[in-house]
Amino acid sequence: MSAVANDAIATAVLAQFPAVQQKHADNGRAFLLVPKGDLVAVAHFLRTQKSLRFDALMDLTAYDLLKYPSTPPSDDIAVVYLLFSYQHRHKVTLKVLAPRAECEVATVSGEWPAALYFEREVFDLFGVRFPGHPSLRRIMTPDDWQGHPLRKDYLYPDSYHGVAHLRDGQHFEGSPPRGGDTP
Amino acid sequence: MTTDERPGNRADEQVHMAAVDEFLAWGKEHSLFYLLFATACCGIELMQAGGPRYDVDRLGMIPRATPRQADLMIVAGTITHKMAGRVRTLWEQMTEPRWVVSMGSCANSGGPFSKWSYSVLNGIDKYVPVDIYIPGCPPRPEALIDGVMALRERVKRYRTVGERDRTPYIVAGPEAPFGGHCKVPDFTAKKPDGGGGGSA
Repeated sequence: MSAVANDAIATAVLAQFPAVQQKHADNGRAFLLVPKGDLVAVAHFLRTQKSLRFDALMDLTAYDLLKYPSTPPSDDIAVVYLLFSYQHRHKVTLKVLAPRAECEVATVSGEWPAALYFEREVFDLFGVRFPGHPSLRRIMTPDDWQGHPLRKDYLYPDSYHGVAHLRDGQHFEGSPPRGGDTP
Repeated sequence: MTTDERPGNRADEQVHMAAVDEFLAWGKEHSLFYLLFATACCGIELMQAGGPRYDVDRLGMIPRATPRQADLMIVAGTITHKMAGRVRTLWEQMTEPRWVVSMGSCANSGGPFSKWSYSVLNGIDKYVPVDIYIPGCPPRPEALIDGVMALRERVKRYRTVGERDRTPYIVAGPEAPFGGHCKVPDFTAKKPDGGGGGSA
């Protein structure tokens, strides 16, 4: 029961899903760029295939490509899945690009129930919707919060329920612009 | 000498005359039960203050796990806008007279988050009235006890009827020398007898 090399994992996935691309991040770490439509099928394949058996979703997070030095420039939201196999002791990273306007990625909570909370967090902070999630509510910010704070174009609000965010008369040089939607 | 004649046991030594209000204030001053409530790293210092080295129990400060039995709320740590409403609810559940100590920079003014955060409340005094402010990030237990002693002075002066002192009090304000309230015993100093050696 030896760990399958990263390339072998990619080969196994690519044989089944030709649309998946193997890419390398700046630090040389390999990841699989999965088209949005294939995600659930790829996830099911990775979890159930005997030689892969990715039984754990270690993390599900996201980052905003806006103002990110990527080529070509993009304003997508990237959703990242870090998978681990307890049986084979190997890992793989999946990334899915969601366009900013139509920010939807199918839920993987059917494959890994751990995704339920992760997806709520990504929805809360990045505004990615996960169709199929049974209860997609905010988890960190208050229920009536406006906007998604970890998006790069997020505008800080001035106040919350009438309580100003800055103390009276405070002004900071170089502090972020405020004036976003307030609940 | 019989038991009744021992010093302190005589009837005239056991009876104290005081106004009821003064007596109640005296009792309140010496039994400031505080709410077991902490939201960030100041809570660690609060626990230290309750631990064996500083031991605020000896001041009559016993942690209570429910606000209904607490006299004092020590707001120890960062309060987010989401948490602030809960803090207010806890404060409302406390019975009068109730006291609030704002411990640390975050509870005082938002501290390190006051500039760049969208979620942190800049000072709990926007939600509940604060009696004592303790600066520090986090304040040492000495500073907390300093604040509690200042609060005890205020509790002593509290009367059931009449205006309550609402002046905010800042422990070791800007005029105090930095760390003036944080005197730590020098454990490395040599003992007078030149001891400390283990060799025969």
